[in-house]
Amino acid sequence: MDDLKETASQTAGPYVLIGLAPWAAGFKIYDHELGHDIAGPNAAGERIRVQGCVMDGMNSPIRDVLMEVWQANANGHFAHPEGGGSVEDGFRGWGRVVPDFETGEWSFESINPGSTGDGHAPHISLWLVARGINIGLHTRMYFADEATANAKDAVLNKIEWENRRATLIAGRHDGELPTYRFDIRLQGDGETVFFDV
Amino acid sequence: MSDGDYIRRNWDRHPPALTPNYKTSVARSPRFPLISLQSTASERTGPTFGHSDIAPGDNDLIHNFAAPGAAAIGERIILHGRVLDENGRPVPHTLVEIWQANAGGRYRHKKDTYFAAMDPNFGGAGRTLTDDTGAYAFRTIKPGAYPWPNRGNDWRPAHIHISVFGQAFLQRLITQCYFEGDPLIPLCPIVRTIPDPQAIDDLTARLDMKNTIPLDTIAYHFDIILRGRRSTPFENRPEGG
Repeated sequence: MDDLKETASQTAGPYVLIGLAPWAAGFKIYDHELGHDIAGPNAAGERIRVQGCVMDGMNSPIRDVLMEVWQANANGHFAHPEGGGSVEDGFRGWGRVVPDFETGEWSFESINPGSTGDGHAPHISLWLVARGINIGLHTRMYFADEATANAKDAVLNKIEWENRRATLIAGRHDGELPTYRFDIRLQGDGETVFFDV
Repeated sequence: MSDGDYIRRNWDRHPPALTPNYKTSVARSPRFPLISLQSTASERTGPTFGHSDIAPGDNDLIHNFAAPGAAAIGERIILHGRVLDENGRPVPHTLVEIWQANAGGRYRHKKDTYFAAMDPNFGGAGRTLTDDTGAYAFRTIKPGAYPWPNRGNDWRPAHIHISVFGQAFLQRLITQCYFEGDPLIPLCPIVRTIPDPQAIDDLTARLDMKNTIPLDTIAYHFDIILRGRRSTPFENRPEGG
């Protein structure tokens, strides 16, 4: 068996949108762009919006970040051969999110994911790349209204500093669409927890 | 052979978050160490893609943004190779996306104000799926080197950005490939964020005369290696069992 070594990461750079979200870079090159619809029209579960901002160490919004979302459906199944079970037709659980060029605010719509099993609170995985980020950052968003499940979550409990766990928990605001706020701080006060997965 | 958990990432191969000679990294690098997790289903799964997601011509950057009958300007190249895991196993049917500057070193982006000319027939993005053997191929033009303000007179070597998914979200990777023989490679602060000289050499696409199309397009070869899985054939056989 070959013994190969993983290709080294390099920053996605300032022009990542050209490759991964050309519509956001301002031009049309593909008939079908990927990552716009996370849950699809047939997904069970509560429809939600998630919004936030990614901030750098000087508390400035990062306007050129690209995030990818990965999540289970309402039954805790992923759209993947090892995903634990079937998902609704059109459910991908994956999407791409880019912020507003002016404000750095981003948002996406999806469904509330289910738990994938005992000791796993519902959560959404996020992966961030941008100019100045040398290797993509993995984090997770948990739901403030799942406090009981969060308290038993194996990953949250792995974080030794209890006050840092709060950086992964998004507060809920009910409106026309229930909305969770998840700000991500790369550095400084309230630095978000990132994972080596 | 069964599939075990994924092999831990070898962080010695990768750039650290904080690399002061690449100035933008200073305010965008977490100061606390990453929390190491035993991977869960969330990391061992990941998005899958099929041929309905892309179009056949998406991997031809010479034509995928060009007016009918026109073509992008520049040195015509094929960039091809395989996506493999650390065990040398092919990663089939995975999405590979690339983006790059045009032959003059200019990106199609409102924030790129370099005065190299735009090429109206070049978009600068392409995508494809690997085949059953993990092979991928793009046709494009060789991008130009370009200056950037980092330390006043830094120049990026010619490079193509590459994004790969693999079969698990923990395999997700974005990198850049460079071109054999480019004297700018060892000078570049972004290249030099990588501490391991072998890892840098592994980002260099090799001239591949065998796959050149004579009188048409020159070829470069570049393999992409993603994290592999442990083989655990004895996992359920305790001693004496």
